[in-house]
Amino acid sequence: MTAKIAYDEVEVGTELPAQTFPVSRATLVRYAGASGDFNPIHWNEKFAKEVGLPDVIAHGMFTMAEAIRVVTDWTGDPGAVAEYGVRFTKPVVVPNDETGALIEVSAKVAAKLDDDDRTVRVDLTAMSAGQKVLGMSRAVVRLA
Amino acid sequence: MALDQSFVGRTYPPTDSYEVGREKIREFAEAIGDTNPAYTDAEAAKALGYSDVIAPPTFVFAITFKAAGQVIEDPQLGLDYSRVVHGDQKFAYTRPVRSGDRLSVTSTIEAIKSMAGNDIIDIRGEVHDEAGEHVVTAFTKLVARADREA
Repeated sequence: MTAKIAYDEVEVGTELPAQTFPVSRATLVRYAGASGDFNPIHWNEKFAKEVGLPDVIAHGMFTMAEAIRVVTDWTGDPGAVAEYGVRFTKPVVVPNDETGALIEVSAKVAAKLDDDDRTVRVDLTAMSAGQKVLGMSRAVVRLA
Repeated sequence: MALDQSFVGRTYPPTDSYEVGREKIREFAEAIGDTNPAYTDAEAAKALGYSDVIAPPTFVFAITFKAAGQVIEDPQLGLDYSRVVHGDQKFAYTRPVRSGDRLSVTSTIEAIKSMAGNDIIDIRGEVHDEAGEHVVTAFTKLVARADREA
């Protein structure tokens, strides 16, 4: 594994380049097919509202997949991710319009865990429409 | 109705193997809009030290969640899936999933809790390759919301 970021060059507080990921209804249909998760709350507005949601919502696993891109784009090597966990705190609501929703992800190095293993803990923040959509969002990453 | 605590620690039989396909990885990477070449270009993956294209970190969830169906649909456990939402998800990797892997999942019920009428169940899915080597463990917390109308 060959992460392009060196352990010695990061410090606690180092910020990773933030990214914003757009998500439309079409994105969700495509993700449903690729992931095999066809729960209608992710594509059927009528159904979503019947079960008490404000509108169609994104798959939690879609949001989780987008958030870690901030880490894998930083390291270059997706296999550098040793652990990754999130809590699904709020749904990403996806209206049926041209823009859909945005998932804004920022991240920073929260701890240097092991000088020999060159692992760091990265804490992620994912927001949509001003709300935190992931909680306890953390990755352990092995750097070069 | 609270779930039976005696199910804690129960392990289900390993699943039939799932063969990870290169085009399935590509489809997933495209669906999340991720252009990292390690997912689609075998040469790029080899440059990182892998024998073939690798999958994005959350790809394996489709496999572990299907395996968790053994637990979710266990009639003896009696979880009401129509009320289930995904609470937490975590992965711990030994190595990334790669094209050609034949993966089997062994699911275990780690914990069952009842809070404010909600049933909370923690399922651990251990993913091994065809050689029996550990690839990744998925930790999935599901919450079955209280049935207010009951």
